[in-house]
Amino acid sequence: MKQPIFTVLTAVALTMLMACGGQEPASSEGQTKNAPKSMVADASSYDPKRGEGKYNAGNTAFGALDAGLAGKGEAIAGTKCFSCHKTTDERLVGPGWKGVTARRQPYWILNFITNPDPMIDKDPEVQAQLELCLVRMPNQNLSDDEARQIFEFMRKNDGTK
Amino acid sequence: MSSNDFIIHKQRNMKRTISHCVPWLGAILILAICLPACKPKNAGNVAMGDASKAYVPPGKHDEFYNFVSGGFSGQMSVYGLPSGRLLRVVPVFSVDPEKGWGYSEETKPMLNTSHGFVPWDDLHHTEMSQTNGEINGKWVFANANNTPRLARIDLKTFRTAEIIELPNSGGNHSSPFGTENSEYIVAGTRFSVPADDANGDVPINTYKENFKGHISFVSVNQESGEMNIAFQLKTPGVNFDLARCGRAKSHGWFFFSCYNTEQANTLLEVNASQRDKDFIMAVNWKKAEEYLKAGKGKKVKVKYAHNKWNEATHSGSSTIKTEVTVLDVSELKDICYFIPCPKSPHGCDVDPTGEFIVGSGKLAALIPVFSFDKLQQAIASKAYDGEYEGIPVVKYEAALYGEVQKPGLGPLHTEFDGKGNAYTSFFVSSEVVKWNIKDLKVVDRVPTYYSVGHLCIPGGNTRKPSPKYLIAYNKITKDRYLPTGPELAQSAQLYDISGDKMQMILDFPTIGEPHYAQAAPADLIKNNGQLKIFKIGENKHPYVTKGEAESKVVRQGNQVHVYMTSIRSHFAPDNIEGVKLGDEVYFHITNLEQDWDVPHGFAVKGAANAELLIMPGETTTLKWVPDRVGMFPMYCTDFCSALHQEMQGYIRVSPAGSNVPLSFSVGTNQPKAPAATNK
Repeated sequence: MKQPIFTVLTAVALTMLMACGGQEPASSEGQTKNAPKSMVADASSYDPKRGEGKYNAGNTAFGALDAGLAGKGEAIAGTKCFSCHKTTDERLVGPGWKGVTARRQPYWILNFITNPDPMIDKDPEVQAQLELCLVRMPNQNLSDDEARQIFEFMRKNDGTK
Repeated sequence: MSSNDFIIHKQRNMKRTISHCVPWLGAILILAICLPACKPKNAGNVAMGDASKAYVPPGKHDEFYNFVSGGFSGQMSVYGLPSGRLLRVVPVFSVDPEKGWGYSEETKPMLNTSHGFVPWDDLHHTEMSQTNGEINGKWVFANANNTPRLARIDLKTFRTAEIIELPNSGGNHSSPFGTENSEYIVAGTRFSVPADDANGDVPINTYKENFKGHISFVSVNQESGEMNIAFQLKTPGVNFDLARCGRAKSHGWFFFSCYNTEQANTLLEVNASQRDKDFIMAVNWKKAEEYLKAGKGKKVKVKYAHNKWNEATHSGSSTIKTEVTVLDVSELKDICYFIPCPKSPHGCDVDPTGEFIVGSGKLAALIPVFSFDKLQQAIASKAYDGEYEGIPVVKYEAALYGEVQKPGLGPLHTEFDGKGNAYTSFFVSSEVVKWNIKDLKVVDRVPTYYSVGHLCIPGGNTRKPSPKYLIAYNKITKDRYLPTGPELAQSAQLYDISGDKMQMILDFPTIGEPHYAQAAPADLIKNNGQLKIFKIGENKHPYVTKGEAESKVVRQGNQVHVYMTSIRSHFAPDNIEGVKLGDEVYFHITNLEQDWDVPHGFAVKGAANAELLIMPGETTTLKWVPDRVGMFPMYCTDFCSALHQEMQGYIRVSPAGSNVPLSFSVGTNQPKAPAATNK
C-alpha cells in the first residue's frame, strides 16, 4: 500500500535532480568554443618554406638591387629592428642578419617580419630559435612598404647588386 | 531471556525498522536537498539574484562599457557590464604613480591650476559626448568638485586629453552635463562665492549681498573636442546641484536644480531646509547665445588654467587665461526662470522625449514632474509668482504636469528606459522605484544595499536608452562583502530591467566613491578607432629617440638629458657614468615596440618620484635628482618578456666637481675609467 507513494516521491525527486543539473552544460560548452586561437595553433597546414602571410613566390620576384629602397629600409630598421639585430652574423637579442637572404626565401622573410606571431607558434625552426633567444620577435607593425624596404636593405647587406 | 539476548533482539528490531525506512528516508532526503537547491530559479530570486544573467564566460567580452566616477579618488573607472569586471582606472584629477600621471614631466602640466599644481580632486559625474541626443563614443567629460575643473577623456586612448579650470566658481558640482550635440558642457558652482574680480575679503555673513552663483557654458569643438568657456551666467547666490539639458522639443534649454535659496552660510543642514520649495532653474541658452552675439556680455578679469594633451608630442601644456565673458541673468531677464520645486531638489532629469522634467526633492515625500509645454505657456502668459533676486518665479502649478505620490523616502536621481518608465533612486528608503511617466503610478520597486545615490541605465539620459540593465551606486556597504576593517569599498548592484520586474543579478565593489556613471553599448566604443599603439614614425616628442643609434646622454649645465630606448628586453644606454651630485637627470624614454600591449616601465633607486609606464611608440620623461654619491640601479617595472628580469642598468653618481667624463653605452664595456675621484 505504501509502495506507490514511494515510487511517486522517488520519481519527483529524480525529476528535480535532473532539472537542477540541467542548467550547467550551456555555459561550459560556450567556454570550449571560445578558446583563444593562438592556444590551439594548427601546425598541420603550415608550410615552413613559405611561412604564413600574404607573401609567396608569385609576388616576391625581385630583380637588381634598388639602392633607394635599401636606404629607406636601413633607416626604418634603425628605429624598429637594430635594438635586437646586428647586420653582421653576430647574435644580439635575435640572430644577426648577415646571410639571411641566402638562408631564406624572400617571401618567408617578408611573411615573418610582417606576421611574426603565427609563425613563432608554428614554424619548427623559429621555435628552435626561440629556445635560444627566449624573446619572441615583436610585431613591429611594419607597413607593406616598410617591409619591402627593410628586405631590400637585407639584400644589400648580403651583397646583392 | 538474558539481558544480552534482549539487547540483540532490540538491535535486530531497530535494524529492521531502519532498513524498512531507507527508501523513504532516501526519497525525502533527495527532496530535501533538491527543494532548496532549485529554489533560486523561482521564489529565491528576489533576494538572491540571478547571477547567471551577469555571467560572461572567460575570454568573452561584455555587452556594455560603464564609465564610473571615482568620487574622492579623483579618477574614472571603466567597468564591463554585465560582468562587473574592472577594465581600467583612468587617472583624471588625481596623481597616479602606477601610470606616472602627475609624476612624469609630460603629465605634470595637466594638473596645473591657477593655484599651481593640484594633485587631487573629487570626480563626481561623467557625461558621454552626444550627437543628435545619442551617445557618439568620442569622449567622456568629468567634473572636479573641489578645485572647479572640467576634464575631457578621449575614448580612442582612454586618457585624459584636456582639463579646463572654471573661474568664479566654488565647487563644480552641477557638471559636466551636456547638450544634445555636446555644443556645451555646463559647470554650475555648488558654492556661491564673491566673483573672482570682486573683493573676497568680506564677512561670511554678507552672503546675501556679496555671494554670487556662476554657471559656465563650455563649448566643445566637434572635431578636436577642444573646450573653451563660451560664457558664464551670473546668478543669485544659491547652491547649484545637478543639471540636465533639454532634448528634442526642449533642445535649447537647460535645467539646473538649486537649493539653499534661503542663502544660509552656516549649518545648512538646518538653515538651507527652511523653505517649503527651492527651485529648478530653467535656462534658455539659445537666448543667452543671442545676447552674447549682441555684445551684452561683460568681459571680466579672472585667472584660470587650460591644460591640453598633445598626442603627437606625447606631452601636456598648461596656459593661464585671464578673461571670461559674463551675462548677468538678473539684467537680461528672459534667459532664466525659476520653477518652485519641493524641498532642496537634487536630481533634475529630463525624459527622452524632452517633455518631462523630473525634480527630486531630497527631503520630499513626492516627485514633481514638470511639463516643458506648460512651462512655455506659463512664460508666454507670465504666470509668475513674483521674482527671486530679479528672476521670474513661474507658478508651481503652471509648470507642473503632476506628482508621483508616496514613491519612497529621499528621492535623488532619475534615469529613463525610453519605454515610458522612469527609475528613481531613494537614499533614505534604500530602493529603486520604477514608475510610469504618463500616469505617475509606481510600477515596481527593488531594495538596494545600501542607501543608493546615483543610477545608470545605458543611454539613460539620451533620446535612445538601451534599457537592458540598471546599476545602482550605493553610499553604504556595511555587510555586503567580506569585511576589510573600518574602511570598505563601496557597493554597486546591477539589475536586469528587460522584463516588467527589476531583478538584481550582480553585486560588485567599486573604487573611490562612485557618484554618477554612464554606459554605452560595447560596439560603439570598441569600434570608435581606438588606438593600440602610438606610431613611432609619428612621434614628435622633442626628446624622442628613434632607434638605439640615436640614444645618447647630453649635459646642459647641471641638467643631464638621457635619450633612452626600451625594447624587449634592454634599455639603451644601460650604463651611464659622469652624473654628478647637484645634477638634475631627465630620463626621456622611448618605447620602440610597435605591438599592442607591450608597455615598458622605468624606475630608478631613490627617485622622489613614481615609475614611468611607457606605451609602444611613446616617449615619457622621469626627472631624478640624485641625493648621494654611489651606484644607482634602474630597471623595467612592467614584466615584458622572459628576459624582463635582465632589463636593467646602472647609473654612476660622482661627487660635484668630479672629473669622471660623461659616458654611456649598451652592450660594450667602456674602457676602465678612474675608480673613484672623490679623494
